[in-house]
Amino acid sequence: MSEDAGEHITAIETPVYLKYNFTAGQATTRFLQQVRQGKLVGQRRPECDCGNVYVPARGSCAACGLPTTEEVELGDKATVQSFTIVWIPIPNNPIQPPYIVANLVPDGANISFIHLMSECDNDSVHIGQRVEAVWKPEEEWDYAMDNIRYFRPLDEPDVPIEMIGKVPLAGWEGEA
Amino acid sequence: MSERLSQQFELGYTYTRSTGPIVGRFLTELRQRRIVGTRGDDGRVYVPPMEFDPVTASALDEFVEVADCGEVVSWCWVSEPRDSHPFDTPFAWALVKLDGADVPMVHAVCAGRDEMRTGMRVQACWAEETRGYITDIVCFEPEAQGKGP
Repeated sequence: MSEDAGEHITAIETPVYLKYNFTAGQATTRFLQQVRQGKLVGQRRPECDCGNVYVPARGSCAACGLPTTEEVELGDKATVQSFTIVWIPIPNNPIQPPYIVANLVPDGANISFIHLMSECDNDSVHIGQRVEAVWKPEEEWDYAMDNIRYFRPLDEPDVPIEMIGKVPLAGWEGEA
Repeated sequence: MSERLSQQFELGYTYTRSTGPIVGRFLTELRQRRIVGTRGDDGRVYVPPMEFDPVTASALDEFVEVADCGEVVSWCWVSEPRDSHPFDTPFAWALVKLDGADVPMVHAVCAGRDEMRTGMRVQACWAEETRGYITDIVCFEPEAQGKGP
């Protein structure tokens, strides 16, 4: 019954599109307002024993659950906590693979955020590597993390694994 | 709080699904405006085709063509269609048992609210251009009067 069926179908496109309306809460709004000014700002709850600085802050301390009331300005330097090399092209993504997506902990903060790495040899990127933010020109700044184009390697000693996430704002001196 | 930051965005999962030989055949036949099922071990005809017999679990490979008209076994009226629905005007989701099939399949029925009833006869409305998707059947419509069995 299929003498004129043409090519046999072996696959069909079944996309799923999820439409969101994202409203930033107070903590994220404060963070984005600072990003728009070219600054990375974390938050902490000064009274908490953990002393953790979160970036981007979600508004409460993960250790005690209470509001992070204090803002802490962070530097442009960070440490690679983990990374992956992306080889698969993603539709509508202008970045050509292979490229690096990394979890980066900014100096002065205790948790990582995800961003791109570039100006680097992909095969030599490693955990503990020191990097710095490369910002877009000021006139292009918006309420967005891609105000930072990417992070590029710094010529500084690696941070030992046990010290990643504990580097002070003053930076890493290379002493274990 | 001086400012309220809000933004729309869309997350898209651009899946391509492998059909396998049985569903692939079903869709290939749909593209030719034909509906096929598979015959189970007990002789029942499943539409859309099943890959394995639901009782014996043996692989099924005997295809059977069925009619593109049949009977509404059950239905649910959609009075306020959403964006993801196939129509922007009220319609019914229905279980339609096609002539020659032994089980019903889900599809949309475009009919007036007052026309909908269990047991009503419906006829497939085919897309002008068929692509090998279930939407090659745009919907089922009430069978034209005098055209019934």
